[in-house]
Amino acid sequence: MRVALFVTCLADTLFPDVGKATTVLLERLGHRVEFPAGQTCCGQMHVNTGYQRDALPLVRRYVETFERFDVVVAPSGSCVGSIRHQHAMIARRWGDGKLAGRAEAVAGRTFELSQLLIDVLGVEDVGAYYPHRVTYHPTCHSLRLLRVGDRPLRLLRQVGGLDLVELPGAEVCCGFGGTFAVKNADTSTAMLADKMRAVLDTGAEVCTAGDSSCLMHIGGGLSRLRTGVRTVHLAEILASTREGGRGW
Amino acid sequence: MSTFLGMPAPRAVPAAPPAVPVAPRGVGHLRASEPFPVAARRALADSQLRRNLGKATATIRAKRAAAVAELPDWEELREAGQAIKAQTMRHLDGYLEQLETQVRARGGTVHWARDAAEANELITGLIQATGSHAAVKVKSMVTDEIGLNDALAAAGIRAQETDLAELIVQLGGDRPSHFLVPAIHRNREEIREIFLREMGDVDPGLTDNPAALAEAARLHLRREFLSATVGISGVNFAIAETGTLCVVESEGNGRMCLTLPKTLITVMGIEKVIPSWRDLGVFLQLLPRSSTAERMNPYTSMWTGVTPGDGPQEFHLVLLDNGRTAALADQTGRQALHCIRCSACLNVCPVYERTGGHAYGSVYPGPIGAVLSPLLTGVEDNASLPYASSLCGACYDACPVKIDIPSLLVYLRARHVEEARSARRVPSAEAVAMAAASWVMADPRRYGAAQQAGRAGRALSRGGRIRTLPPPLSGWTQARDVPAPPARTFRQWWRESGRARS
Repeated sequence: MRVALFVTCLADTLFPDVGKATTVLLERLGHRVEFPAGQTCCGQMHVNTGYQRDALPLVRRYVETFERFDVVVAPSGSCVGSIRHQHAMIARRWGDGKLAGRAEAVAGRTFELSQLLIDVLGVEDVGAYYPHRVTYHPTCHSLRLLRVGDRPLRLLRQVGGLDLVELPGAEVCCGFGGTFAVKNADTSTAMLADKMRAVLDTGAEVCTAGDSSCLMHIGGGLSRLRTGVRTVHLAEILASTREGGRGW
Repeated sequence: MSTFLGMPAPRAVPAAPPAVPVAPRGVGHLRASEPFPVAARRALADSQLRRNLGKATATIRAKRAAAVAELPDWEELREAGQAIKAQTMRHLDGYLEQLETQVRARGGTVHWARDAAEANELITGLIQATGSHAAVKVKSMVTDEIGLNDALAAAGIRAQETDLAELIVQLGGDRPSHFLVPAIHRNREEIREIFLREMGDVDPGLTDNPAALAEAARLHLRREFLSATVGISGVNFAIAETGTLCVVESEGNGRMCLTLPKTLITVMGIEKVIPSWRDLGVFLQLLPRSSTAERMNPYTSMWTGVTPGDGPQEFHLVLLDNGRTAALADQTGRQALHCIRCSACLNVCPVYERTGGHAYGSVYPGPIGAVLSPLLTGVEDNASLPYASSLCGACYDACPVKIDIPSLLVYLRARHVEEARSARRVPSAEAVAMAAASWVMADPRRYGAAQQAGRAGRALSRGGRIRTLPPPLSGWTQARDVPAPPARTFRQWWRESGRARS
């Protein structure tokens, strides 16, 4: 299958390994990955901070870049959530009804990674090998906006060598919330403290999730406190193999 | 619409909601005196508060989840509740007139109050007309909203709270911090201290045993119930078809306030009306399970006008607007008026759990308060509240009438930004940054160039981590590292990997 990759601006700029892992994983499963170079950002930060008018050009860019593809994947529950739940609303509210219709169509063909693997490609065992103790944080937008449910856990359970440990209070927000982490830094930090305590209580070496943004938040805290626990995106775990390590 | 040049007005900006009066300033408790982040910072540092709240919300959360799981048709009930409320809001004027007609036909008097000041004046006058200088109160959010107790005190009338938690708040000279458990920020040791200090008739050997505390309050209040000639209440539901009012409660204090005094004054926000008794059946299933995690609440009091020889012989119903029509006029925002004040969204909110209710400033705290308060006052007067959320969505899942609170928060942020944009000549630094980011990211070449410029950030890093950034990003680095920008972006890797040619 031909799959277009929307790598997301955050992964493109700060976490390129997440994009590489997504690419290598899908290629290993026999699919052709395309990366349309016209892509930039989904505009979620603008929308969620109140700057809807400034988000409109980004919605248009996303639609124009990806509407020629049958299937689009993004390694982020949050960005896919924004594409599915906000793009058409933004276009409609700012007077571009035609764009809204197109945005709805592309959004219906845009999938978060675990959704793509299980719902579209029908695969749970991706042949990965990752010999570490791992705990999984479900991330709010994957859980409550996209309803990915246990799909990521089903994928992780098939990974060779992986010791999956349950995260207490997993469904509670880590406190990131985009610009919330800056505008309400103290409250965000208090939420992060509880999430880090939960992660550390599991004894895991690695905390994984389907969103680089939440992982940047949790990982940023774990790093600051020198906990020795890493954050690794779900795609990176699924791309790892016994023979090839990380695969790129 | 056209401009003075006869040109059609530009269509890009969504039509502003019509100018309907919001809740007035200077009266009541809908506005914060300081922005949420400032108040939150103080609350977060209060270790006693953090422990009290953490414990209480975790307990209620678990109980609610169990109570809700018992019903196989919970989702259908939520949909029904949502549909009834949406339909009611579309025809609110008609239902309110029907309610008024029915209440009058059954011997009650109906008053319309435009805002908090009018309501307070009206209620003060009604009590003065009875010759009484005191009134007993059923726990009610709306009388807290309009600051009724303060207004009555200024007129020499003593309002006695009779709900246990409201009594704790009143005796402690405190403010409520939760819809259901207004003293959730207090633990039993603190409550014992307040009782010993403020209750004249309390046993000095009072322990902090919950049963002993409740007994002390019971004895203290009994005198008030028996001597009161005026009762004041709010309303949970007002049934338009028969003019019947309904209050649900747990302690029985409400039942006494509603039946013992000669005069009963009931204040209700105009959104509390429901069309029929059939509709009540839906809400009496949704509310207790969402609120106290009970299958049914212990006391459900209903009354219709005046019954000769039984209960209050004088009944006044005050219908309060106080910004509700302004909220109703906002087609997106109006669903906040569907709220039945169950407090489920407060209990599941990770922000509320850590900051408590006082940080929100308004008498309506938590996720629903963060949308309802700005809708009632105008966004400008509660501008920090729509941002007091990480948009995690737990509130939406818990809401028994499916109010999409996260989307409303996002919507109100946009209203705030747009209103600020049209009011100011000079845009804020944030607005400039957002516009610049939009300009950069609308074009992949500009975006690529910005990515390369961002690599200068590598100079700030040590060991692959950046530990300090300048404001406003310093809020991030106060507790979190930032990864150094990588040597190559993903798109560079893609090109260099040879895939771009395929």
